[in-house]
Amino acid sequence: MSIVVNNLTKKFGTQRAVDNISFEVKTGEILGFLGPNGAGKTTTMKILTCYIAPSDGDAKINNLSILESQEEIKTKIGYLPENNPLYHDMPVLDYLKFVADLQGVPKNKIQDRIAEMVHVCGLNIEKHKRIGELSKGFRQRVGLAQAMIHDPEILILDEPTTGLDPNQIVEIRKLIKELGKQKTVILSTHILPEVEATCDRILIINKGKIVADGTSDMLRKRARGEEMLRIQIREFDNKDTVLTSLKNLDSIGIVEFVPDDPESFLVTSKENYSSRKNIFNLCVQKNWVLTEMTPIETKLEDIFRELTTN
Amino acid sequence: MHAIWVISKREFNSFFDSLVSYIFIVVFLGIGGFFTWLFGSDIFLIGQATLQPFFSIAYFTLFFFIPALTMRMIAEEKRIGTIELLLTKAVSDWEVIIGKFLSCLTLIGIALLLTLPYYITIWVLGPVDHGSVWCGYLGMILMSMAYISIGLFASSITNNQIVSFLLALFIGVFFLIIFDVLSSNFTGTIGQILSFLSMSTHFDSISRGVIDSRDIIYFLSITGIGLILAQTSLSKRNIVE
Repeated sequence: MSIVVNNLTKKFGTQRAVDNISFEVKTGEILGFLGPNGAGKTTTMKILTCYIAPSDGDAKINNLSILESQEEIKTKIGYLPENNPLYHDMPVLDYLKFVADLQGVPKNKIQDRIAEMVHVCGLNIEKHKRIGELSKGFRQRVGLAQAMIHDPEILILDEPTTGLDPNQIVEIRKLIKELGKQKTVILSTHILPEVEATCDRILIINKGKIVADGTSDMLRKRARGEEMLRIQIREFDNKDTVLTSLKNLDSIGIVEFVPDDPESFLVTSKENYSSRKNIFNLCVQKNWVLTEMTPIETKLEDIFRELTTN
Repeated sequence: MHAIWVISKREFNSFFDSLVSYIFIVVFLGIGGFFTWLFGSDIFLIGQATLQPFFSIAYFTLFFFIPALTMRMIAEEKRIGTIELLLTKAVSDWEVIIGKFLSCLTLIGIALLLTLPYYITIWVLGPVDHGSVWCGYLGMILMSMAYISIGLFASSITNNQIVSFLLALFIGVFFLIIFDVLSSNFTGTIGQILSFLSMSTHFDSISRGVIDSRDIIYFLSITGIGLILAQTSLSKRNIVE
């Protein structure tokens, strides 16, 4: 099941919540949707699940347009809305049965599907309680169970791990990764390590526009083209000599001291150059002892902030 | 079609989960019984074996209670957001509206069914005009359909239950009293139109035992218009400008 989004726009009054975005998700891909609050993540998801119509543009889910074949698309999507709304007066099992029935799961399979979801989402000890009596984490599990109960080919999850404890988060991530092998998954989250841990691809949107699209490695590369190293050198005579010798290397752009550590330096290479070999050779030549050389990775947080502020 | 059944079953169960249905049935039977047997122009005062006193009091109790049943149906789902959950399942807006409509109608049907002992008792007491009794029940059901659709419409345009309740009463009171009062103040075509719009004109003629297609069309049109408006207001979110 592929999702193709074409020039999608949603206006609320004069504000453009989603502004002419286009992207594509292939079968078996897990797409992470990132963006600050109010960026248009939830609106995009609501459009894809046929809850609200776009002001302009179209999205095709397996070549079915969301403007025309809503009924058919809805059976293929499992959706966990933001804030996880549930009928609080219903017992968990009744609720899952209701959803399975509504999604057209054949009668003889309903019990099996419910049993599987109860197992997968760890609901066994709470399954007879009313949803209103459950803690937030368990409600979240019920929300996930109802989204997956009809074994949909596409899963759209709006912040699936909020309110879960760390063990459960790991389990749910594992589950999403597992599901993502055969299914198409779109998930939105504020937790950046989560995106790195689960998603094949990341889409960052800000003010309704896509500002970045790619794997986390690609985003890193795009955000900072130059290689950055932290090196530690021992047994030298003069700090400044080391600094100038490093600076004289062809491939090196900037060399800085590390404030707290007199033996460490921060080295930034010129664009498209790598200076690891040169630094090593220099140390051998000068008889310095190279005790550390660590590449400094740009954190996803930094990329996110860089792309979504200003 | 299957979705309508699933939705109305859930709604119906939620009536019984939340005491609403029990209170409704007890109060409906209580008030109906009180005025039929004990107080005012009751059976013994008029000395006739007829259910007319019951129908004329139920005419008011249903007007008041139906908005109380329908007020939460859509408004509450909008407030807590479950409407999003429901409408992103494989159901259409119409199926949601019809499902809710039918569940409420079933509850009222049950309440009316429970008044059958009144009918049987009166039957024992004296000769009853069976035709007019059954027509009275038919009138009750038709009138309930009209009020439910008005209530659903009121519930669909707000996410506040109280607003929805008051709005449904406000719309209902026009059909109940205001058109009637106005029609007596006007003559000619306007008076006729107002009199036609008044529910009592149609209900009275049905509960006397006269089934006129005009009366049936009247109730069914109010029901239809109410449901169409409710569906429109629900699917407003989904219109491409």
